[in-house]
Amino acid sequence: MIQLTNVHKKFQLNRSEIVAVDDVTLAIKEGEIFGVIGYSGAGKSTLIRLLNGLETPTSGSIMIHGQEMTSLQGAGLRNARQKISMIFQHFNLLWSRTVEENIMFPLEIAGVKKSARKQKVKELIDLVGLTGREQAYPSQLSGGQKQRVGIARALANDPEVLLCDEATSALDPETTNAILDLLTDINERLGLTIVLITHEMHVIRKICHRVAVMEAGKVVELGNVLDVFQSPQADITKRFISQVTDSADTDAAMAHLQQESPHGKLIKLAFIGDRTEQPLLAELIRKFPIDVNIVQGNISTTRDGAYGTLVLQLVGDVAVIEEAIAFLDANEVKTEVLIHD
Amino acid sequence: MIEQWFPNVNWDKMWEATGETLYMSAYSTFFTFVFGIALGLLLFLTSPGQLWANKITNVFTGAFVNIFRSIPFIILIILLIPLTKLLFDSMRGPNAALPALIIGAAPFYGRMVLIALQEIDKGVIEAARSMGAKTSTIIFKVLLPESMPALVSGITVTSIALVGYTAMAGVIGAGGLGTLAYLEGFQRSREDVTLMATILVLIIVFIIQFIGDFITKRLDKR
Repeated sequence: MIQLTNVHKKFQLNRSEIVAVDDVTLAIKEGEIFGVIGYSGAGKSTLIRLLNGLETPTSGSIMIHGQEMTSLQGAGLRNARQKISMIFQHFNLLWSRTVEENIMFPLEIAGVKKSARKQKVKELIDLVGLTGREQAYPSQLSGGQKQRVGIARALANDPEVLLCDEATSALDPETTNAILDLLTDINERLGLTIVLITHEMHVIRKICHRVAVMEAGKVVELGNVLDVFQSPQADITKRFISQVTDSADTDAAMAHLQQESPHGKLIKLAFIGDRTEQPLLAELIRKFPIDVNIVQGNISTTRDGAYGTLVLQLVGDVAVIEEAIAFLDANEVKTEVLIHD
Repeated sequence: MIEQWFPNVNWDKMWEATGETLYMSAYSTFFTFVFGIALGLLLFLTSPGQLWANKITNVFTGAFVNIFRSIPFIILIILLIPLTKLLFDSMRGPNAALPALIIGAAPFYGRMVLIALQEIDKGVIEAARSMGAKTSTIIFKVLLPESMPALVSGITVTSIALVGYTAMAGVIGAGGLGTLAYLEGFQRSREDVTLMATILVLIIVFIIQFIGDFITKRLDKR
């Protein structure tokens, strides 16, 4: 549905050249929620703006629904944008218009008749759960409500693609979850393709089907969310995943344990799906004459299944510990030995 | 009582002069509003990174605005005498003051419009573009409504300055309270006439300020 091929975007800034998007090739399927994660400056904001022509690529091809976006100009581009709508981190509502009038704005742009506009706005307000707030001004709404207006506005012209530019980054955790639920609901009910960019792994985990990890303008990792969680390849991906799996004290606890018993070995196990239910630990202790300390355990759910991690300290004979690790590996549980200085 | 305090005031003349001041202020405010917004929009849209980004137009418009904003009003009136003669075929009466008033005030207001437009959240313009809005839609449905409170408070300040300018325009025989205060009051040493004219100017200024504040407050939903 969306196909980016060898896309580059360079900016000229005071004689130095900045490469915001560096040779990105990726395909986004129809009806999926595709996440792009990266730290600020990774080029993800530029990438998402290339999709609706707010930025034009320096080179490369961007096909959306068989339409080459880079060849569009003027009215053609404006019409295409009506089908590729966008929501923003800071909502970007017109403060001078009421909720109803804000949602009506894209319909005015599309030249929809007044009676049809009213009807459509009413439906959208119901869809996003803002019934009763039609006449409120944005300044009278909470952040979550403002984003609901943003979403309703973005859906006004029945788009095929919804671009979310850090749509939940300005919201508190609870509101973030409510907005993410709304996006999932819209994705399922309307079959809309959603492309979102974020710096929060939580967002990716909760609603995305697939994820691309960006660093310095490049896509360094791409895959199904569960696969990426299970076996992250790039360092940056591991860091993002630790955002949602590790608690802040874990590092301190591990350092402490390492000091207490320097002969022990810290390992991190990763489970997915059913394997979380197997009595693996009991078997481990029965089989090998070692002591096992549970340092930290964690289970998180993605759209496509559960994903668990368990940090253990194994104390005992070095050779036996090696055997124990081999046993875990054999059981198809991903094992990682954590080394602490 | 009033007769006692202001023995030399000819009330017919005073009201006529008030009418002329109001006439000049109202017309010049209206045209300043229109031309000032046009200038401000041009300055804004041609600035780097905006929809009509164009260095030459921007520099040229900016220079025009700065030059006319900097010329002292009293000199501007004299410089514009040929233009006024061409337009009205006369140098007398309230109409004769209008070209100088508008040309003096519109660039001043244009700068205020520019500042008001720069205050608009860039994201809102980006959002409108992402919806497929044309530039004219962005101007009339985003830029102007979103900056309206600042545009109104700016025109209030400008309008008050224009009331002051109309008094100066008395020099070219434009009439109004300024002429009256100068000719009837100052030159004939009738302080009460000058005082009365001043009071009336003050009342006009207060009314403009009140109306401006009221509208600004009503428009601002932030």
